[in-house]
Amino acid sequence: MENIQTPEIAIETKNLFIFYGSFAAVSEVNMKIEKQKVTAIIGPSGCGKSTLIRAFNRMNDFVPSSYVTGEILLQGQNLYGRDIDPVEVRRKIGMVFQKPNPFPKSIYENIAWGANINGFKGNMDELVEQSLRGAALWDEVKDKLKKSAYELSGGQQQRLCIARTIAIQPEIILMDEPASALDPISTLRIEELMQELKKNYTIIIVTHNMQQAARVSDYTAMMMLEKDGSRSGTVIEFSETKKIFTNPKDKRTEDYVTGRFG
Amino acid sequence: MIRKTFEHEIQQVKDEVLLLGSMVEHAIIASVDVLKKRDIKGAERIIAEDAEINKKRFAIENQLMILIATQQPMAHDLRLLASTMEIISELERMGDYAKGIASINIRMGEETLLKPLIDIPRMAQIGADMLHRSLTAFVKEDVEAAKMIPAEDDEVDALYNQIYHELMLFIIQDPRSIERANWLLWVAHNLERVADRVTNICERTIFIATGEMSEIKDTKEEIGKQ
Repeated sequence: MENIQTPEIAIETKNLFIFYGSFAAVSEVNMKIEKQKVTAIIGPSGCGKSTLIRAFNRMNDFVPSSYVTGEILLQGQNLYGRDIDPVEVRRKIGMVFQKPNPFPKSIYENIAWGANINGFKGNMDELVEQSLRGAALWDEVKDKLKKSAYELSGGQQQRLCIARTIAIQPEIILMDEPASALDPISTLRIEELMQELKKNYTIIIVTHNMQQAARVSDYTAMMMLEKDGSRSGTVIEFSETKKIFTNPKDKRTEDYVTGRFG
Repeated sequence: MIRKTFEHEIQQVKDEVLLLGSMVEHAIIASVDVLKKRDIKGAERIIAEDAEINKKRFAIENQLMILIATQQPMAHDLRLLASTMEIISELERMGDYAKGIASINIRMGEETLLKPLIDIPRMAQIGADMLHRSLTAFVKEDVEAAKMIPAEDDEVDALYNQIYHELMLFIIQDPRSIERANWLLWVAHNLERVADRVTNICERTIFIATGEMSEIKDTKEEIGKQ
């Protein structure tokens, strides 16, 4: 009999609501995010994209009064379960931010630091090289590993942050507007890198740049404020990227991707 | 409306497609008309005008390329621009059929028509009419009309079959008429193809409006399979 492969799910949300106090910033999100694929989250400003992506590695915990209802399941385990250590969650689910944020240390130390904290016992030189190669940065920095990370260009710094993330071998990499502070060439480099990274990792990216979502992602989630005037954001359409950009089902998605929203 | 400039440029493209369509429509009717009159000068004019049709098609294609490159069309806009690219190529080929009829007219030289033309002008008229309405449906994205028009192809096919059998009879009765019969057969064949290409335009219109890409059933082929 033919072996029918069902896609493997990396992370799943079930009836997820994200609150700031009594205000539901994100409502009722049900998504199954496929393993080793790039999933893009798009939508107008203020629709809850960043709030949603930050919920995936419990970054919203740092915001007082924020809490979630529903579930985010990583391999069947609810990340918001009672006995879950958020630090452990962030080890499994790394994050790359809009602005490159290397530590004020050497290139080498930027990578070694996280690995050290996580109790890495192997060959550190190898890990640094591997991570830098994985982030397509090795050839540019191999002769100046002891130099400060601040000497790198913005695009290189961002790739260093990606190297730092993959050094701790996460399962999922979250990217919140990872290229919006970069020039076009550095942006294309990051996009190209994402195609390499997805061979080993699951990537979820938030982007304002629809063309970027179209170029890099396999799946796209379209977020929008609820129609009920509650100012709460939700995923209105989640589908293969090629469908979202050629024949979306929801009129609001159509209006957004064709630039007629607003 | 946020994308006023883009909307305006899309409208301009549609206007140009209509203009190209009317040039082709005119060429089809005129090619048969001058054949009927055995007007060689007229046939030469049609061939010269075909170069204008080709030029217009390239100009629209260029316009489309620029829009795709500069406006990054998505979803409906993308389907519209990509399909328009197909439609103008269909129109250009239809223009070639008219040019083909004009060439036959010239090649016939001093020969007279084997028979008075009745069904052939009728085929041209129906084909041109279908073309006209298919482009109206395209501009309005009228899915219902786009679904209805291809059925009229059956009438064109029936006329083609009738002409074919009629000309075969001529050949059987007098084998020396074979060349003159063949010329008219080619004319009818070209006109039959015009109607087929109208179906392609209708398919694109449905795709633009709905995102569904499918072939409109060709009843002729079905009969062939029986």
